[in-house]
Amino acid sequence: MKLNVNLAGVELKNPVMTASGTFGSGMEYSDFLDLSSLGAVVTKGVSNVPWSGNPTPRIAEVTGGMLNAIGLQNPGMDVFCERDLPFLKQYNTKVIVNVCGKTTEDYLAVVERLADEPADLLEINISCPNVKEGGIAFGQNPKSAEAITAAVKKVAKQPVIMKLSPNVTDITEMARAVEAGGADVISLINTLTGMKFDIHRRTFAIANQTAGLSGPAIKPVAVRMVYQTVRAVKVPVIGMGGIRTAEDAVEFLMAGATAVSVGTANFEDPCATLKVIQGIEEYMERHGFQDAAEIRLAE
Amino acid sequence: MKKFQETAVILSQEQIGEDIYSLWIQTKEIAKEAVPGQFISVYCRDASRMLPRPISICELDKEQGRLRMVYRVAGAGTAEFAGYKAGEELKVMGPLGNGFPLKAKKALLIGGGIGVPPMLELAKQLPGEKTLVMGYRSETYLEPELAAAAPLYIATEDGSKGTSGNVLDAIRANGLTAEVLYACGPTPMLRALKAYAEERGMEAWISLEERMACGIGACLACVCRSKDVDEHTHVKNKRICKEGPVFNAQEVEL
Repeated sequence: MKLNVNLAGVELKNPVMTASGTFGSGMEYSDFLDLSSLGAVVTKGVSNVPWSGNPTPRIAEVTGGMLNAIGLQNPGMDVFCERDLPFLKQYNTKVIVNVCGKTTEDYLAVVERLADEPADLLEINISCPNVKEGGIAFGQNPKSAEAITAAVKKVAKQPVIMKLSPNVTDITEMARAVEAGGADVISLINTLTGMKFDIHRRTFAIANQTAGLSGPAIKPVAVRMVYQTVRAVKVPVIGMGGIRTAEDAVEFLMAGATAVSVGTANFEDPCATLKVIQGIEEYMERHGFQDAAEIRLAE
Repeated sequence: MKKFQETAVILSQEQIGEDIYSLWIQTKEIAKEAVPGQFISVYCRDASRMLPRPISICELDKEQGRLRMVYRVAGAGTAEFAGYKAGEELKVMGPLGNGFPLKAKKALLIGGGIGVPPMLELAKQLPGEKTLVMGYRSETYLEPELAAAAPLYIATEDGSKGTSGNVLDAIRANGLTAEVLYACGPTPMLRALKAYAEERGMEAWISLEERMACGIGACLACVCRSKDVDEHTHVKNKRICKEGPVFNAQEVEL
């Protein structure tokens, strides 16, 4: 049975990876699972300098998911390259580094710093709803999205994944824009912007007021957007948004995703990714599929 | 320290105060490994509530591998826990975080509100001279167990028992002194105790609380402001679930 998939020339042993921000750089999860079992580890967003993130409370649970406004707290590219990348390279898995920034120059600084580092792919985060500058500003305007993609592609040594925001009117317009900019792969969806009130304390549940909704609650939106995107572009698509079980992952693969990411479910069960991989294999067996690509629906 | 994902068995469940419940569970490894001040992640059965609830460890029976959690019903998740019966299973992960350092010094153990429970196992394990000061709004809970572990002073906000006021009022009213403070409770209480300890040059260990998602240091939801740069992000944000929940009071800014 062929579980491996190809993303812009990079071969993953299976189509299951982690979603950025839900898995750190894998270190905390290595207590629970062998990272070498994963198709890839997608790191938490890395910026050019350390970011402190947002004030607390940063999260709140909601029915079928959670809201977060962590604000991309991260140690910056130097610590990341000296500590986190060498840690990840001990494992036989692909490393996808999520890159965040406030300005085009910020993004390019990280992409250039990573040029000679052992990162297999870069995922450019133009869709975080929780930082005031940059991030989402590039992800909601097709012209800006195309421009940042082209700028990144010019300096990147690794294939580039552009991660899209669902907080747009027409996802296919954004997908076509980053493809025109030269994106090698598209990943989606990032979180949906939400809000929650604490009715007892009579205040916002999250200090940042608005926050990103993730978890099973957003899965149908994500499946629909992946389906539309797959049909709008030629590059491979990584699907994510509320995947908790293999059955959820299979829906994204049916919609046409080449690979999938497990996000919020890692908080519920550190071994969620392993269960998804195993379940996909079982699904393929039941249906007599020899290749993960056969899961995709023809229409 | 090793963390375990386990399906524990509920041995007993009892309501011991207004919205306060006591649950003894049988674990395989967690109780054997745990130390006072650590916590466990407790998972809901209702799949629409994805995130574990971080619950402090109140008591340990290491020989039998049993663990007691005393928790307050604060929302739908803990309300679900309150409905569980003896014999049922409970998904847990732990032990998590760092516990209180056990010092052989004259100690004051201070708990406020739902910060009371972790002080019980700490009182049982601390080797030196120790005194407990517990603050409640009105009704007390865990009083017999605490009194059996160490001399116990009580403060109530409504004056219905012990000193009228907060834990610091009780410390002053009873002329209590110590070389080291251990505390768990609401932030205003911890802030006051941190200042109290600093004025007197006392050592103080405080247990902090914040909303958590993963409980293992990955999501960066539960950070607190720290005096020095933290080991993870190299900013001034320590992770309560990983570097805490117990901190030297001088390390953190409240």
